[in-house]
Order: sequence, then C-alpha cells, then structure tokens
Amino acid sequence: MTNTNHRWIVRAIPYLWTLVFFLIPFIIVFKISLSSPEIAQPPYSPTFDPFVDGWSETFARFAEFTSANYLRLFDDSIYVSSYLSSIWIAGSSTVMMLFIAYPLAYGMARAPKSWRPTLVMMVILPFWTSFLIRVYAWISILSEEGLLNSMLLSLGIIDEPLVILSTNAAVYIGILYSYLPFMVLPLYSALEKMDESLIEAAKDLGCTNIQAFWKVTFPLSLPGVIAGCFLVFIPAVGEFVIPDLLGGSDTVMIGKTMWEEFFNNRDWPAASAVAIALLIVLMIPIMIFQNNQAKQQEAGQ
Amino acid sequence: MKRFSTFNAVSLTAGFAFLYLPILLLILYSFNAGRSVAVWGGWSTKWYASVFSNQQLLDAAWITLKVAFLSASIATILGTMAALALARHGRFAGRTLFSGMVYAPLVMPEVITGLSLLLLFVSINVDRGFWTIVLAHITFTMCFVAVVVQSRLVSFDRSIEEAALDLGCTPFMTFFRITLPLILPAVISSWMLAFTLSLDDLVISSFTTGPGATTLPMKIYSDVRLGVKPEINAVCSMMVAVVTVTVIIASIMTKRQEVERERAERLAQTTS
Amino acid sequence: MAAKSIGPIRRKFAPWDDPSAKPLIRIENVSKNFGSFTAVNNVSLDIFEREFFALLGPSGCGKTTLMRMLAGFETPSAGSISIAGQDLAGIPPHKRPVNMMFQSYALFPHMTVEKNIAFGLEMEKLPKGEITARVEEMLKLVKLEGFALRKPHQLSGGQRQRVALARAIAKRPKVLLLDEPLGALDKKLREETQFELLDLQMSLGMTFVIVTHDQDEAMTMADRIAVMDKGQFVQISPPAELYEQPVSKYVADFIGDINLIEGRVEKNDLGKIILGSDMTGGMIEASGESAVKNGDTAWFALRPEKVSIGLSPPENPSVNTATGTVWDIGYVGDVSVYHVRLDGGGTMRASIANTRRIVERPISWEDKVFLTWAPDSGIVLTK
Repeated sequence: MTNTNHRWIVRAIPYLWTLVFFLIPFIIVFKISLSSPEIAQPPYSPTFDPFVDGWSETFARFAEFTSANYLRLFDDSIYVSSYLSSIWIAGSSTVMMLFIAYPLAYGMARAPKSWRPTLVMMVILPFWTSFLIRVYAWISILSEEGLLNSMLLSLGIIDEPLVILSTNAAVYIGILYSYLPFMVLPLYSALEKMDESLIEAAKDLGCTNIQAFWKVTFPLSLPGVIAGCFLVFIPAVGEFVIPDLLGGSDTVMIGKTMWEEFFNNRDWPAASAVAIALLIVLMIPIMIFQNNQAKQQEAGQ
Repeated sequence: MKRFSTFNAVSLTAGFAFLYLPILLLILYSFNAGRSVAVWGGWSTKWYASVFSNQQLLDAAWITLKVAFLSASIATILGTMAALALARHGRFAGRTLFSGMVYAPLVMPEVITGLSLLLLFVSINVDRGFWTIVLAHITFTMCFVAVVVQSRLVSFDRSIEEAALDLGCTPFMTFFRITLPLILPAVISSWMLAFTLSLDDLVISSFTTGPGATTLPMKIYSDVRLGVKPEINAVCSMMVAVVTVTVIIASIMTKRQEVERERAERLAQTTS
Repeated sequence: MAAKSIGPIRRKFAPWDDPSAKPLIRIENVSKNFGSFTAVNNVSLDIFEREFFALLGPSGCGKTTLMRMLAGFETPSAGSISIAGQDLAGIPPHKRPVNMMFQSYALFPHMTVEKNIAFGLEMEKLPKGEITARVEEMLKLVKLEGFALRKPHQLSGGQRQRVALARAIAKRPKVLLLDEPLGALDKKLREETQFELLDLQMSLGMTFVIVTHDQDEAMTMADRIAVMDKGQFVQISPPAELYEQPVSKYVADFIGDINLIEGRVEKNDLGKIILGSDMTGGMIEASGESAVKNGDTAWFALRPEKVSIGLSPPENPSVNTATGTVWDIGYVGDVSVYHVRLDGGGTMRASIANTRRIVERPISWEDKVFLTWAPDSGIVLTK
C-alpha cells in the first residue's frame, strides 16, 4: 500500500526509548529487589551474561537472589500497614473526590456553550501551576498559626487552634485539592458528549429529574467516572509529596516509606522490593484503566 | 437551551473557589511585610527583592527552565511519533506492549518511575546530573504528549491525507505538509503540558539528580521542610503569574481564530 | 450547459464492442478480503480510454473497495490491476497515474483554493509559471475565477466540490476516480452538475470512473454501468441495454421500476416464448431469444411505462392481458402510476403520462381494469 520503508522508523524510535527507559529499568528494579544489600550497593554489575561468565557463574548469581527482601515486607509491620493505609487513604479520597468533582463537572457541562472553554481553562490552570506550590499553599492555611485557625479563632468559632496540619486530615485535603482536575476533566468530557435529548426522552416517558439522573446521566457518564477514579487512585496510592509535607509522623503512606527506605536508610533492595510490591498491588487497577482507555479509543473511532 | 439551575451555579462557584482560594491567598501573602501568615504586616515587595538576590534560588530556576525546555521539546517529538504509530499504523507487531509502555507513566506513581530510572543510570554507570534529569523527564512526559496528539489524530479526517497521497505527495512529505499543520495546536499544547510537568516535578528529579543539578522544586521542597519561608511565597507567586499569563494569551489567540473561522463558515453558507 | 449536443459523438462510442480495442484499465480476477469478510469477489473488468464508467450498487456491495484498489489505498488480496499495460502491484498511490475526487472533498483546510489546486502540480515539480497558468485554467474550467484566495471554510458545498474536481484534474491524470461526487448536493445542483461533468469529460478526453448508489446519476452520465452486488458484477452494459435487457431480476428491479410476472414455459421456438401464468390467468407471448426449456419457471420483466391500462377488454384477452382492481394511484405530476391488484394474485404497475388534466381521466380507485402490453415490450428472465 503505502511506502512502508519509512514507517517502521516512526514507531521504532519511541519504541526503543520506552524499552530502554521504561521496561528495562523495571526489570532492573525487580532484579535488585531480589538481591542482598552487599551486592546491590553501587557500583555493581547488574548484567550477567551467560556467554561471558559461563553458565555455572550465572547459576551462582541466581542463587544469590534472595527473597529476603520480600519476606521482610510481610514480617515488618510498617510495610503492610503502609500499603494498607495508602490504599485506604487513596481509595477514600477518590470516593470523596467523586462527590466534589461530579457537581462541578456537571455544572460545567450544563453551562452555556460559550462559557465552557473558559471554564475548562479555569480548571486546568491550577494544574499547570506547580503541584508543589499548591500543596505548599495549604501549609500556610492549615498550620496552627495558619489562616484557617486565625480566621476561626477571630470569629470565635473555636477556642484553641485546630491541629490539622501533620495529621491524616491534612493529607486528605491535600489529595482532594491536588488531584481534583484529574477527576473533573474526564467527567466533564463524558458529560459534555452526552446527548441532552436522552434526558428529555426519559422525562417524556415519566422520569423525575432525580430518576433521569440515575437512570440515564450517571450510567452514560460511567466511562468518565472510571477514568477519573483510576487517574486519581493509582498515583495517589504512591503519593509522596502530600504525606511528607502535610502529614505527620503517624501518617504512613507507601510512597513516603519507599523514599525513606531509599534516601534515609540507603537500602536500595528494600526500596526496590517495596516498589515491585506496590506495582503488583496496582497492576490490576492499571490494567483496568488501560482497558477502559482502549475501549474509549475504539468507541471514538 | 440548557437550564442553568442554581444548583449548577452553586457547584461551579464552590468548586472554583476551592481550587483558587489557596493560590490567591499565597499570592496575597507574598506581599505581606510580616513573616507570619496569620499577621498582616502591610504591603511590601521585599520578599520579591530577596528572591532576586538569592543566588541559589536563581541558579535552581535557571536549571529548571533549561531542563523543562529541552525535555519538553524532545518529549513532544517522541510523543508525536508514538501517537502517529498508535493512531495510523494499525496492528503492528508488539503494539500491545508499546501501547502499555507509552501510557503507563500516566498513572504510575512517581516514586516507582524515579527509582527505576535511577537504578538504570547506576547500572550503566552514568554520572547523574543535568542530563539524567532531562532523560527522566522526557520519559515521563512523553506519554502526556502521546495522549493529546493521539486523540487529535483519531478525530482527524483521514481522507485529507489520502488526497495528498493521491496527488503525488510521499507519505513522509504528507505528514509535514498536511498532517502536522493541522494537528499543530495539539502538538503545541502538549509541548506546554510537558514543559509545565517538567517545571513542576519533584520526585523524579530527586531520584535522578546528581551533584550540582538542583531544580527549583527541589530547592523549594528543602526550604519548605524547614518551615514556611516568605521568599517561597514570592517565588511561587511568580511561577503562577508566568504560567497564567502564558495560558491566557494562548487561549485568547485560539479563541480569536475560532471566532473568525465560525464567522467565515456562516458567511459561506449564506452565499451558497 | 453543453454548447452543442453530444448525442452524435456518444452514440458512436462503443470500444467494448471492438475486439481489437485495447483497454486502458484492466482488472483481472481481483478479490479483496478483510479478515473473513470478502468485499470484492473475483471480479474482472476492462475499461476503455475516454469512457465514462459507473460502478453502481447498494452500500456494502464492494464498489468503493474496488475504487480504492484502483487508487492504491487498498491492496488486492488476489488478482491484478493494470493501467495502460502497466501492472500496478506494489505501486503506492502517490506514484499512480490516477487521481481521485473524494466523497468528502478532502480539501486541505489550511490552504487557499489556489494552493489546493496547485498542490499536485507542485508535487510534480513543474516550473512556477506553468503551475500558475494551469491553476488559472482549472479555475476557469470549474467557473471559480475570483475564488483563488478563499479558504475551504469560506466556500459553500457546491463550490468546494468544484475545487475538489479542479484539484483532481489539474494533473491531467489518465484516469479520474469520482467517489459519490454528487451525493452531497441538492437536486437542482445535482442535475446541473451532471451535465457539467459530462461536458468536462468529453472536452478533456479523460477516462472517468464514478462510484455511486444513485441509479439516475449512473444512467444519465455513464457510457457503461457495472451493477455490483455482494462483491461481484451482476451486469456490465450501457444504460439502455441495462434498462431494456436486464440479465436478472436483481438488475431489473435495481434500475427503475419493474413488473415481474411469474410463469411456466410452455413453448420456446422461432423467436417466441410462451409462458402460462397464474397471475394473469392467461398466456404471455414474448418475442425474443432465451435458453429456457419447456416446464422451466421464468419471469416476464415488464416496465410500467410499457403497460396500457383500460376499462374495456382487449381483442384477445387470453394473451398478454391481466385483469385486476386499481387499489392505488401514485400521482407525480407528469406521470400517474396505477397500482393494480391482479385477480390472479400479486400486483402490477402501469405508468401513464398525464396527457390530460385530472378531471378528464376516466380510471379511478376500485375500478376493474385490463392491463395489456406488446410481445416485444418485456424480457424473459430466468434468475
């Protein structure tokens, strides 16, 4: 058909790039997670070539692999509780986010047509300003001498400053705030595409406003809901900045644990094992997300 | 005609207030003469002055800009190629793997991406610093470019490309003379997206950096851990201002183009 | 509009009847499969130079796929296509001597009319002066002088179509493919454009191949029409032959309206076929040749305009006569179509020109009528 000579180059270059910078690193992480700390400290020779070293050497290296790191994940309670609390925090934030984001996205989709591009831009704008800045802004608001407390104190609503910063509550607020555009945009996109006449048809057939919403609008917006939930949940599980800046020492999230393991304890294999375990935990949601995206693409064509 | 109910109006106002208030407060307090957030000490621009005399901060800002510019540009090229492959090359060998690898960073927690890239760099014994950050940023922003460009390519009328081929244009030239000009808005906005993501990144930069390559987010982060510093308010406000102005200009330009286009189309229909 | 009648030229043009004529396009045993679905099934066809050829059929019949194989956007799963003796296998679209006018026009939105038309010429690396001259010539040809600097979104649908046409013929290709060229136009514009296209083709001396589902379009413009169904050619003939001598019930029914009277063959010799029919309750005497044998089931295909309708019985009511009741009259202004429920079962239609005004026409609903026709007014079909 067309000149196929050039075509393969177009996909070969990004393919190579992602293989080298995405896939291979993961394989390395996996390998490191199976090593003991002495071997894993740099400089190390991570490649083992059967042709150079001979098969016996290769097998010997395999024998050095230990699953000690992974067993430690189960033994040491901090890891298990980190995973569980990360999933819990991310999960409940996602659900709460849905309740905030849906009305906002709905309002945007029902707004006059000329307003909508501006509204979309207004939702995206905070996203285009630094993530770090936005989290930082909340520190000034939530700290004991912060804005919220001084306002509440001066209005006489409370007697003592509320301790919000350095607690899990601050982490929830941080996640809700920072990830909101990720939930709003897919929802808005799905709601905007929806045909108004479907709701009119439902009402014509006897539905009340609320029934029309649950029977028509919400089911049709489901792809957007799914996309939004996964776009929030998956990265939030591994979130580091928010628990570190807004959470306290009793806030255990796996991203923070891994960072500490790596930078503070300098235990690379442990960090790797944590990473791989996290990846396994997230594998199913990631696959569901990819599946949903693929279906969306096909539907679009 | 859509009914714009009070419920909608309230949700919109509340939602946007939630989004914008913290940033607005930040900007406000960058002009606060006093150090404490709770106490208003009068208007002052001294913190802005302080920023410009803080050499470390300025160095970090410069490095961040360079990294962002380089990585955004390369990521845009790679991401566009990936989008082309996925949107136009049908079912080629290894497509599922490719698609998975290109889109995974969209949702992957940054600590994982950061760690894996660092281990890669260590294993090939490369000195970490400016260039490793650039490579890392290209890798994780590429997928955002791919998403934006691919969705534009999918909604593109392919018969225009076929017409170009039919008239004697090689597939290579067809991309540059026909496809690219028409998807340019998507390519440009995805460049801006990649630029901002790079500008903004803390976790991946921290993992893949080396001596002498401290980015602005890293500097802000280390300063912030020691407590709220008013200079940081000033720096952040400036970053917000730059991004806001850029986005507003871009959207005004595209809006003007669209209005003109619609006017011309309407005119053509009445004269047919 | 044509300045002089093109009738005399067209009547003599029939290279397909000339055994020594070499075809311009030769399609040999071409098939195209998409997975398990066969879009084009082993078709062969010769198209001659200066022909205006139509591929006609319902959607999904394979006509567009066949055209795309000619253009090079699809590769045949089997068979070969050659133009002027050159096999097109492996030749990509940008290297073929074929140009296409797309159904959606596919104008380059970011280029002016001028640049759109010049595009193919620039690809040929013609000198600038020549390109400008050619573009002007094209604009004049499609009557769009003065529109050179407009962009596609500033044009109406009919204007865009003309730009698409100009762009495609600017390169003076050997073959021009047109994909449903008149589909997006309203009726009046369609009729005008049909004649303009014919004019253009004759004066430029090009070979046109058009794909359409509209039989009026094909009948008006084409020298020969290939009726396609389910990936195969059912009949390839000039319009008149297609209309008067369809080879099957499918073709007879596809083009225009047809009465199909079922019967058994009683006798077939000396250029006369006699069918006994329950529908008419009598005999049908058809003049013509056919391979039917006595006892075969066959259909007499009769066009409604060849049927006479009257209130009194004819001279010989047992031959070529049907009786029934008028149950509907379709009034189209110039013609009235009488739908008659036959006494022997089934319906027949008779189409009569309204040579008299309404109040003076004697036949009305519920009337008992006699339908008659001449032996040479229809054709016997076996499939």
